[in-house]
Amino acid sequence: MTLQESDTTQVGQARVWLTPWQTWGLILIVPYIIVFALFVIYPVGYGFWIARHPHTYIDLIDDPIFARTAVNTLIFLVVGVNLKMAIAMLLSGFFIQTRTWIKWLSVLFILPWAVPSIPTILSVRFMLNPEWGIINTLIFRLSGEDGPNWLNDPTIALSMSIAVHIWKSLPFWTLILIAGRLAIPADLYEAASVDGATNMQKFKFVTWPSLRTLYFTSTILSMIWTLGDFNSVYLLTGGQPADQTHVLATLGIRYLRLDQVDMSMAAIVVALPFVLPLVWFMMKRLAK
Amino acid sequence: MMPPSLRTATTEAKLLLIGIPVAIWTLLPIYHMVLFAISPKDSAFSGNLWPAHPTLHNFAVVFAQEHYYLRDFWQQLFNSLVVAIATGALTLLIATGAAFAISRLKVMGGRMVMNLALCTYFIPAAFLAVPMYRTMGLYGLLNSKWALILAMVTIATPYSIWVLKQSSDNLPVELDEAAIMDGASPMQLFRLVYIPLMAPALVAVGTYALLLAWNEYLYAFLLLSKDTAVTLPVGLGNFLAADDSPWELLMTTGLIYALPPAAIYYAFKRYMVSGLTAGAVKN
Repeated sequence: MTLQESDTTQVGQARVWLTPWQTWGLILIVPYIIVFALFVIYPVGYGFWIARHPHTYIDLIDDPIFARTAVNTLIFLVVGVNLKMAIAMLLSGFFIQTRTWIKWLSVLFILPWAVPSIPTILSVRFMLNPEWGIINTLIFRLSGEDGPNWLNDPTIALSMSIAVHIWKSLPFWTLILIAGRLAIPADLYEAASVDGATNMQKFKFVTWPSLRTLYFTSTILSMIWTLGDFNSVYLLTGGQPADQTHVLATLGIRYLRLDQVDMSMAAIVVALPFVLPLVWFMMKRLAK
Repeated sequence: MMPPSLRTATTEAKLLLIGIPVAIWTLLPIYHMVLFAISPKDSAFSGNLWPAHPTLHNFAVVFAQEHYYLRDFWQQLFNSLVVAIATGALTLLIATGAAFAISRLKVMGGRMVMNLALCTYFIPAAFLAVPMYRTMGLYGLLNSKWALILAMVTIATPYSIWVLKQSSDNLPVELDEAAIMDGASPMQLFRLVYIPLMAPALVAVGTYALLLAWNEYLYAFLLLSKDTAVTLPVGLGNFLAADDSPWELLMTTGLIYALPPAAIYYAFKRYMVSGLTAGAVKN
């Protein structure tokens, strides 16, 4: 009897509690909802509305620069991101070695991630200047011949943009994979050593199975972010020569400059069928 | 002492074979920037790996704003600072509240808000840039620092809420229960229990938002256009307008601009790395 009574009072108390807690919850979450509505929902809706005319998409498909941009973006994602992740995988194995000099190197290695990208990309741009840049000056001094015209050749220029992108974001992904490797129990490796496994076998049967999920998640996330990498292309090549090195992120700004906002939005809408599955995949992974 | 065996020597050689190229690759663009910054104008292009007469003259020129491209240097540096600090503070305020409401108060619809925020986090920022530019125009905010601050807060909050919610979920429920037993109100719980326990995550998130805003180029150059209104990275980008721009001054300004975030990054590295990697490794 007394037990029941105390039960009901607790329920009653809980109900009284519910109100201020939910009220405060709402008060605290509303600022974000306002930001979200004003600066995400509204712009996104507005963007779709601008890109609503079918003829915009016909113009877009007919634009040779768009076709070239689509190819460049794919190369950037498929070649650039996978190359970066493979190197990050290798370097994460290198940086977990216990040596004093490797520890110091790992501190330096973070620099590209820690410094803002604008000055360093401009620094690379100057290094690659065909006449005065330090690279061609050195090539001329060592071989007596003129170096390549780096940023005036679409293929080299795009490759250099990818290189700059890798330079900037490699430390971050290496850190992620280092954390992943350090989370693997050491006795797995000891057991493998006892069984006489070679380094390759250890990687194949211990490291890779443990890191596989993290590696694929990182690759997908990196692809999504790389789509938004504006600086590596814009500040290095500016889409030049002849608008041959644009990626989707810079093409939107080019159309905006030409006062073709509808094209700019349409280019992004066209990319959505490819982007949304990746986003959906990441949501499934992280929203637990 | 035993001479190292052939096997250890090979291992060390292999490590060096990776380590040396990694060091060169990492440092080259930064070294090149430093080299230009300390070179006199006429020797900057000589292709030497170290200037014959290193000088700090370039820094004096930048600080005194003695060049056409540098006439608003201090103003732009100040703009960058204001935008970064305001973004950091606003993001902390909004994200902490939201994470507390979702994770501890279990506010209704909290899960949905978290999912929407995550979704925003995965939209590449450059995709949102053009519609954001038009929207800011409609709100009449273009050329105001608020446009950039609010845009950066929009970009920084989703990840911040997610990180804070993750660390907040790890706090034991018993804490809340004990506080409720003692008759604490939600705000007392927030102030006296939640904030102190979340301090490391808050430092990580605040630093993240601050650096994001300081480093931003695309939104800054879209949303701000007056020379006295833009942030320093846009000022740097403007150097490219002419073919004969003074590279040594651009690199000097770039170095000055790059130092504070690098220093902050290294100072808070412990928090940054654990905060950033915790979520990723969880899977």
